[in-house]
Amino acid sequence: MIFIVSITLIAIVISFLSDRQKTYQGVVKGMRMFVNILPALLNMLVFVSVLLYLVPNETIIRWLGKGSGVFGVAIAVALGSISMIPGFIAFPLAGILRKGGVNYEVLAVFITTLMMVGVITLPLESKYFGTKVALLRNGLSLVGAVIIGILIGLFM
Amino acid sequence: MKKIISKIFLGEYFIIVLFGLLLLFSCYFHFSFGSIIAKNFWLFFTEMITFLPFMFLLIGIIDVWFPKEKVERHIGPESGIKGIFWVIVLAMLQAGPLYGAFPVAYLLWKKGCSIRNIFIYLGAFSTLKIPMLTFEIGFLGLKFSILRTLFTLPVFILIAKIMEIYFKNKQFDIKQP
Repeated sequence: MIFIVSITLIAIVISFLSDRQKTYQGVVKGMRMFVNILPALLNMLVFVSVLLYLVPNETIIRWLGKGSGVFGVAIAVALGSISMIPGFIAFPLAGILRKGGVNYEVLAVFITTLMMVGVITLPLESKYFGTKVALLRNGLSLVGAVIIGILIGLFM
Repeated sequence: MKKIISKIFLGEYFIIVLFGLLLLFSCYFHFSFGSIIAKNFWLFFTEMITFLPFMFLLIGIIDVWFPKEKVERHIGPESGIKGIFWVIVLAMLQAGPLYGAFPVAYLLWKKGCSIRNIFIYLGAFSTLKIPMLTFEIGFLGLKFSILRTLFTLPVFILIAKIMEIYFKNKQFDIKQP
């Protein structure tokens, strides 16, 4: 977090010294994006707050925490492939889950499948590339996501 | 004024308002669930609200200084490492969900981009977008983000290579539906 905040401040100062007009545009653009995602973000926070109340922490850790193994990865693959959550919601969510004891391996698989595999968008992808290409790309991406997750689990 | 109020209460903020009312209700009747949920919510909310504006400011500044149009000029039919590099840079500057990348893939294909580079574009688009990396570093840490990038890069280049080998001498085409 502190890293991102410092980078942002440095970027704004450099940008401001080089071009005030551009900096102003960038700031307005960024803030507009922030206001646009705010409702979706708050909805996610409401959902997670209620969910964490209903599902005890021990259950989450047992399913997705250390030692959940193949089962945890399988849940992550299923959730990540089927759901369509934009990154600006998925990462805050992942941050909360991380603090709740979910391990990095599961989070990496969830995030990678979320980004690379799209079951719901498969029909649309097939229209662009053809069914065979779309299926192969999604299939390979799924395998790749699991490999990435395992590697993250080994190194984190 | 009335319009604004009805927009807030019935529009995008409907769930938040309902949530707030439920918490007030719970607090008034001294139900325990309200205070626990409210504590959860407040904890998450304060963290998001302090850091998210910074992330969006950074994304806004990057967006203004690195226009995609400039990078697009570098992506011709030329292949090799240089082509891969520019395709990845172009993909990193984008934002949005994966299905937003399909029309761009179509355009790249029409411009003469190779099969391999099309799929490298899709891979980089889905996993290495700068707005996404900003969020990843913020919420899961720099180490996680660097490791995931290092592992993901060869994976999607390999996927692109497999796609190229598999579809090279078959009928491959990207259509605009």
